[in-house]
Amino acid sequence: MIEMRDICVTFNAGMVIETRALRSLELSIPEGEFITVIGSNGAGKTTLLNTIAGETPVDSGSVLIDGTDVTTWSTARRARLAARVFQDPMAGTCENLSIEENLALASARGRSRGLRSAVNPGRRKDFQARIGALGLGLDDRLGDRMGLLSGGQRQAVSLVMATLNPMKILLLDEHTAALDPKTAAYVMDLTDRIVGDVGLTTLMVTHSMRQALDHGTRTLMLHEGKIVLDVAAEQRKGLGVEDLLHLFESVRGSQLDDDKLLLS
Amino acid sequence: MSLIAFLGSIETGLLFGLVALGVFLSFRVLNFPDLTVDGSLPLGAATSATLIVNGADPYLATLAAVFAGACAGLVTAFLNVRLKILHLLASILTMIGLHTVNLRIMGKPNQALLGEETVFTPFEGLGLPYYWLIPIFLLILVTLVLVLLNLYLGSESGLGMRATGSNQRMAASQGIETGRMKLLGIAMSNGLVGLAGALFAQIQGGADITMGVGVIVVGLAAVILGEAVLSTRTILLATIACILGSILYRLVVALALNAEFLGLQAQDLKLITAVLVVVAMTLPDARRRWLSSRRKSGASS
Repeated sequence: MIEMRDICVTFNAGMVIETRALRSLELSIPEGEFITVIGSNGAGKTTLLNTIAGETPVDSGSVLIDGTDVTTWSTARRARLAARVFQDPMAGTCENLSIEENLALASARGRSRGLRSAVNPGRRKDFQARIGALGLGLDDRLGDRMGLLSGGQRQAVSLVMATLNPMKILLLDEHTAALDPKTAAYVMDLTDRIVGDVGLTTLMVTHSMRQALDHGTRTLMLHEGKIVLDVAAEQRKGLGVEDLLHLFESVRGSQLDDDKLLLS
Repeated sequence: MSLIAFLGSIETGLLFGLVALGVFLSFRVLNFPDLTVDGSLPLGAATSATLIVNGADPYLATLAAVFAGACAGLVTAFLNVRLKILHLLASILTMIGLHTVNLRIMGKPNQALLGEETVFTPFEGLGLPYYWLIPIFLLILVTLVLVLLNLYLGSESGLGMRATGSNQRMAASQGIETGRMKLLGIAMSNGLVGLAGALFAQIQGGADITMGVGVIVVGLAAVILGEAVLSTRTILLATIACILGSILYRLVVALALNAEFLGLQAQDLKLITAVLVVVAMTLPDARRRWLSSRRKSGASS
């Protein structure tokens, strides 16, 4: 259970370019929910994700994970609770390290790292099985440098890395945006499979309304740092992209001028 | 080149191989350009020499030098990690500060070690001349350091250090305390350089305040030369390359100084090193451009 209470985040406070990225945002995520988040550029989607991950400090408000106030915790300390896949395939993995070393790094997430050998035959077998399940033919390339993989392969491995260890929430930051349509569909399928298998609590930021409605159990729309739309269950079923736009317009009481961007 | 001169090059190469490993840790593993080594080498030398002339056991004195070097590294990393000073500047500040510290430790600009006991003294009974004894001693020591360093960099903690240097954001998101990793890594790096300084003082018979000048460039030259002659695909190969690069560097320098027609003198060494590093750093890029331009002109004709 993740709770965000009265979260305010301001960038460049006191300067001409001051941006209020999140304005008194309130959000409660029950366990097992798969939330998709949409919104135009600058709506605060990524900031929302970053405040949960601990990368962006909040001006006020608090973040609670399972009742523990983690507002002042560093990113590294929160890693035990939150796993993450970045938008940029380069960002979520170490390109100079091998695939198995990347997996070994991720498999120690949330544990203290000692002087034990990071990759041993037992672990290698486990990694091989998990990477083999991707069906990308990477299982006999565990020793290859991560940098040799394509963007889609790296995102797939990132997903496996994120889900090696237990967590309270999985954060997906437009993790298919940098991929070609076919690869994006593959990675999205994989996401559904991994998330669905264990009923992971997930927050996925996306640029595509279609994707937001087709996946997950609840959809949020952000606008100017606030949640302007929150649909789940029956209300969400049968909702189309057009309906979403109309809903958004009625909530905002104004014509959207960037629906092209949202529709893309 | 005579055998003694050859062994002398190997000896210095192995000794500065320790510096190269330190530079490899900071520059390559942590991606942290650390110039502290110019101060931590004489720090190690001054610490061990002063302790030895005051009657300390040479092994304990050498250990103290490692510790002193590590502390110098900690200062640099602290300035960067906690006080947010740019890494390069942080290391220069420590380096300058260490100049005073080194003078204070010795109480004068140099400290002779003539006739004193050193870490090599217990092995004199083997009957080997010093020009054999020291390279063999260093070879065993460097091998030991190499093995330990590889075991560490292959461990969970060591992998965390490599991730910190490779992709800090990802490392933090995997729960790695990147600040702590930098403190540890830069301390290890300068501890190695402190060790090299202590041994250097005991080999050449004293510590001198100026012995640290340009150490960073020599270390970097060794790392880059090593990368040029050996693949750095794995950490083991990359660390061996550092040692090989260091030895190769000394051999090249010795050959250049020996070649009378070149007219080079010992005092030209620093300039040669600087030029060597510039050439070695720009060569791969220049080669790539030359190859691609040749390919282009080949395709159009």
